[in-house]
Amino acid sequence: MPEPIADHGGRRTPYGPPGGVERLAAALPGRLRDALPAEIGVGSPWPVRVDTYLDEGVTEADVDVWVQNVSAVQSSGDALDIAVRDGRIVGVRGRGVDRVNHGRIDPRDRHGPSTAGDGTRLTRPMIREDGRLVECDWDTAMGRIAGRSKELLEAPGGWGRLGFYTGGRLLLEEHYTLAVIAKAGIATPHVDGSTRVGDATAAAALTASFGADGQPGSYTDVDHCDAIALWGQDMAESRVVWERMLDRRLGPRPPAMIAVDPQETQVAKEADVHLPVRSGTNVALMNALLHELIAGNRYDAAYVARHTLGFAELCRVVEAYPPKRAAEICAVPAALIEQAAEILGSCERLVSTVLPGFYRSNQATAAACQVNNLHLLRGMLGRPGAGLFQMTGRPAGQHARETGASGELPGMRNWENPDHVRELAELWNVDLAAIPHWGPPTHAMQIFRYAEQGSIRLLWISAADPVVSLPHADRVSKVLGSEELFLVVQDLYLTETARLADVVLPAAGWGEKPGTVTGADRTVHLCERAVEPPGEARADLDIFLDYARRMGFRDRDGAPLIGWHDAESAFEAWKACSKGRPCDCTGITYDRLRGGSGVQWPCTPSTGHGAERLYAGGRFATDPGVCQSFGHDLATGAEWGAECYCAKEPHGRAFLHAAHYEPSSEAIGDGRPLYWDPVSKQPIYSVATYSVATVPVTLDAVPDTETTEVGGAGGGAEADGVVPVEVSQRLEEV
Amino acid sequence: MHLAHYLRLLHRSQTALAEAFREIRRGHPHEPDMYGVCERLAVQCRDQARWLEPFVRRYEPWTSPSPEPERLHQPLFAGTRPGGLGLLRDLHDLYLLATECDIACAMIAQGAQGARDDELLDVVRRCGGELAVQLLWLRTRMRHAAPQALVVAY
Repeated sequence: MPEPIADHGGRRTPYGPPGGVERLAAALPGRLRDALPAEIGVGSPWPVRVDTYLDEGVTEADVDVWVQNVSAVQSSGDALDIAVRDGRIVGVRGRGVDRVNHGRIDPRDRHGPSTAGDGTRLTRPMIREDGRLVECDWDTAMGRIAGRSKELLEAPGGWGRLGFYTGGRLLLEEHYTLAVIAKAGIATPHVDGSTRVGDATAAAALTASFGADGQPGSYTDVDHCDAIALWGQDMAESRVVWERMLDRRLGPRPPAMIAVDPQETQVAKEADVHLPVRSGTNVALMNALLHELIAGNRYDAAYVARHTLGFAELCRVVEAYPPKRAAEICAVPAALIEQAAEILGSCERLVSTVLPGFYRSNQATAAACQVNNLHLLRGMLGRPGAGLFQMTGRPAGQHARETGASGELPGMRNWENPDHVRELAELWNVDLAAIPHWGPPTHAMQIFRYAEQGSIRLLWISAADPVVSLPHADRVSKVLGSEELFLVVQDLYLTETARLADVVLPAAGWGEKPGTVTGADRTVHLCERAVEPPGEARADLDIFLDYARRMGFRDRDGAPLIGWHDAESAFEAWKACSKGRPCDCTGITYDRLRGGSGVQWPCTPSTGHGAERLYAGGRFATDPGVCQSFGHDLATGAEWGAECYCAKEPHGRAFLHAAHYEPSSEAIGDGRPLYWDPVSKQPIYSVATYSVATVPVTLDAVPDTETTEVGGAGGGAEADGVVPVEVSQRLEEV
Repeated sequence: MHLAHYLRLLHRSQTALAEAFREIRRGHPHEPDMYGVCERLAVQCRDQARWLEPFVRRYEPWTSPSPEPERLHQPLFAGTRPGGLGLLRDLHDLYLLATECDIACAMIAQGAQGARDDELLDVVRRCGGELAVQLLWLRTRMRHAAPQALVVAY
């Protein structure tokens, strides 16, 4: 395999931005664009470069079949084809037709799909007998899970004794099926996933500012932009998007680049302005930048007046953050802040990406909201080149959030809105009261806490290894290993978590099962089965469907609650659920995705095209009947409630959330390490920022997608009620 | 004039609330979200109490001695209880304590208007705003915890 990084230089494909006419054309809705004369190029000018990684000694001629799939190591949704020879995976190749990656792939993708043949995989179910895990058949294993579930459900409050925790390998159909089983079958709110670490902040910030989750921008914005701001991010980790940015930087009329990152990363070196802020001070920096824009009158006053709420309060707060003050807090020269503000205030088309340096830090949601504010102040949304990405870390993160498998109701519905819950009750044909909507779905840390306290008695973990990936490893393993808890683990390998299980179910990996994945810019991609899973391993979807059958979940008329039987019918069911919501997928079919490019949501049958950008014309998803949440206090997580929300009369305007900088209550500065990180085998001195680049990713470890997030299980004093991953307790315990 | 008595009552309640937030954090160290929020709210309560101190001094010379506010003051929170139900009961106590601060704040705001003291009015209004969020948070947290604690837990 060619050395990925070293190879980059020679294979660059520099390009310039499209002209003004093309930019205007790109702003049109899809069906109008189709009607344009052919001489107006409407496609992206980013050249196609098809990356191929084949096993040594294998040439393209040796490949029996190429099977459509998507990256298993990136959330950006890089489309690829898997090379199969003699029923074995022998390589991968980027899909040149795809809108996301134009043929490029991350070298780590070679190790993303199936590891069926490597002998390390689980091939048969196992159950615990006399304290030892022994192999058994599927019927025995599933019978035991269903038996225990029924036993627990019999007593009053039985719903609260079962919990589910998912990870990065599940496809959209699997997440949705699990969400329906949990929310309507068992009727428990205890469903969450490893998205809670990182993704949840992105979702919370987008929902707080714009009314609903979902990335406003499109990757094509990189083609059109004249400035790129990378907030707390080692962008080089998202290699394909980073390559697109670098190609723009090497071409004519390159965009200016700002990077905020405490470390001297590859990205920081590339940037025109690098702000190495002190960890945990992002809010102070953002406030200073907003202060400069407002004080210098470099914001779009008409856009702000027409499309936003909360400008006066924002002005009042950021007034206290002249660059000089922020410079002291953030430990960067005031001149650098002014320089960055100059770029942000004068550019015409700005692309921002936000990643872990902001999410896994002090005041995470508040800081991410300030990036939203920046785009709102400058009217940098909903048009070509003006894009905002609250990026996520894992390939399954976005669709876990959409389908309601990670702390939301399916279809980005608002649990506080009775109409939204009623829609679900009608869709599933169940009683309204059956769907738990007395509070938000239980977050991951609380699920483990309930298990620790003994009120959750059955915990089903699929595709995640929380013993390794969650904070408080010792406590987590003690909880999961406890006699009282019936633990089901569904995974590819006998992970640390699986060793503690009462039932272990062998699952199929990426490339071994069909389904879809939503990428970071809302692009839905199809994954086809390339190879068979090893031994008796099964697709996660089939395992969930089997469970639903055994449990006999019924709707109000006695028909099976889960009326689908395979990935495609599950996707059709999901489409019905997404109808009318911001993530409407009703115009997408498997056939449409097969062979061509991925398609962005929202996509309805009448348009035939996915919407490239959200919030064109400054119309946001904040109407009370539409919004995903009635909002909460960013500092504590206190819920405002419907009455308070409606009183603000949002009328489709976005919220400018202001926040003062508050030092982390967990910050220490005496040079002693906070804790020993079991993954990187390094002492961790700060939880206020985290960069994956500091953890050497061994390619061998990549097949388990969990490993990409393992080291990220840090957290800050983030207390917005959504992502309370807390390291301070670890401090007390060390 | 009895304004200083009421100010002292509020000061004492806020100090008690600050201590109660700390105590609940210590008493439930394994609740995943309590540390950051409780610590923050404890600091907020302590700061509020400090803002009041100059006004206590301002009105002290005018205030006639009276035992009444002493009798008003009842300890609402006396130590944490273990477990899920214990957490719910503790938060419940804190809610009552915060309500006491809230209503005292409202009364002092009335008094401040009577005394034509804009400075005091400004301070208690700020306290009132923060208390409203504290009450909302306590309510939110309790609402989330109640179904599991009351119906599911053994």
